[in-house]
Amino acid sequence: MKVSNCKVCFVALVQSFSHYNIVGQKLGVNLTSARDRGQLVFLEGLKSALEVLFHSQEGPHPLQFLREAGAGNLQSLYTFVKDALKPSDSGESPWKYPVLLVDNLSVLLSLGVGPVAVLDFMQYCRATVCCELKGNVVALVHDTEGAEDEGNDILLNGLRHQSHLILRAEGLATGFCKDVHGQAEHPLEEATAHSPAGSKCHLPIQDTG
Amino acid sequence: MGGGLAVGTLLLIGCRPPVETAPFIEDAKEDKYNIYSPLLFKYFLAEGIINGHTLLVASAKENPANILQELPAPLLDDNGKKELEDVHSAKTPEPDVNMKIAWRYQLQPKTEVGPVSSSRFGHYYDVSKRIPQELLESSKWHGFFLPEHIPPGLKGETCKKQKNILRIGIQNLGSPLWGDDICCKENCENSQRLTKFLYVLRGLLRSSLSACIITMPAHLIQNKSITTRVRNLSDTVVGLESFIGSEKETNPLYKDYHGLIHIRKIPRLNNLTCDESDVKDLAFKLKRKLFTIEDLAASATPLGTGCSSRAGGKKHLDF
Repeated sequence: MKVSNCKVCFVALVQSFSHYNIVGQKLGVNLTSARDRGQLVFLEGLKSALEVLFHSQEGPHPLQFLREAGAGNLQSLYTFVKDALKPSDSGESPWKYPVLLVDNLSVLLSLGVGPVAVLDFMQYCRATVCCELKGNVVALVHDTEGAEDEGNDILLNGLRHQSHLILRAEGLATGFCKDVHGQAEHPLEEATAHSPAGSKCHLPIQDTG
Repeated sequence: MGGGLAVGTLLLIGCRPPVETAPFIEDAKEDKYNIYSPLLFKYFLAEGIINGHTLLVASAKENPANILQELPAPLLDDNGKKELEDVHSAKTPEPDVNMKIAWRYQLQPKTEVGPVSSSRFGHYYDVSKRIPQELLESSKWHGFFLPEHIPPGLKGETCKKQKNILRIGIQNLGSPLWGDDICCKENCENSQRLTKFLYVLRGLLRSSLSACIITMPAHLIQNKSITTRVRNLSDTVVGLESFIGSEKETNPLYKDYHGLIHIRKIPRLNNLTCDESDVKDLAFKLKRKLFTIEDLAASATPLGTGCSSRAGGKKHLDF
């Protein structure tokens, strides 16, 4: 965000703003000041859920599907993202490209949204953010292999087909290790001489405490 | 767990251990006779009373008033008793109150069973005795008992009260008594109601001075995906495996213990990582007075030798 000067919309469903802010500071990014200068539009899901359920709302709300009975649709959330990232009417913007971050899509299934609705939402976001606005979308999904979660499997398989890059992070197969926290795999479409497909690398996470 | 149960988080007890964990528990049984998870639940509530926190107890099976009657009695020395009087007579928490909640399961040699000062982080409890009535009467608590549809007595209360920590305890969430069918069918209609509730609860916890403990009969949940989703929505997940009715009951490795504690998930608050090295291989035992948790790997001794390794293997587990 600091270096690339992008406009960012962060749909943060899992933790509070304070958590992401503190983690961001450890990574050298100040989310508070980014939000204050208009570079970051942050949707704090946990707080917004309380607003939409316990306080009377006028007009659409990005999480209004929580109020609806039955399988929700994410149209209002898409509208929120689109409004956050579209350039101003004048066409001038201090930011180069838009970025949509979502943490995470799997939790939407726990909130009553069907996997197809989530895939539809991602398709609309891709069309707007990637194709129209030439930006990027980064979304986190739980890998529930072996958990018999049919809904999440549909979501995961659908996203795999839509994605240009998949980064899969997991714990080490050999168990806990103090210095290496896990491994990441990026399955590539074609193996090259220098980068075999599906190469894994071990990664330590540096936490400045 | 290192430092207590953080305010704003959710502790879930009782999830089914995943199949892919270490081979020696591949056919693990949960605390299916529901003996030990209520005990941890009561410890959490008792610690709240000792610290002068407000309680909210929710149950579909047992009247919250009865649950509170069965809380264990604290073991306090004279200093501790004086502090307890101060907490319950003044009813005003210290302005700089430590916002972490803790109950301690202190590991100690078998011969050492003693009361401790309540100024320490966490308290000891005698599970063979009930909490004194006067402590209950001077405490502030709310109950939600589903069969009686008692509305929570929180409406109409003004906000002009002293800030205090609220400890929420929800017993056997997901059981058929709560009106859900997740324990009855594999393709249930109510699974999203439960996960939606947990999500909104998480939001409430994050935005308030409260912490919540939920016990769940995970071994009854028919659909594995629900267990995974519930786990993802919790901050801390602990599984209790009782040895009752299991072949481990006669295994010499476990002869001193009544069950295992599996720490499935620990919170990563304000961090990308967490140190998992201290929460492996834990076992518990319930003696006449004390419920203790020990590091199984550290206290295991080769057959035929003495117990000299015990002293080095103790871990403080602060919740």
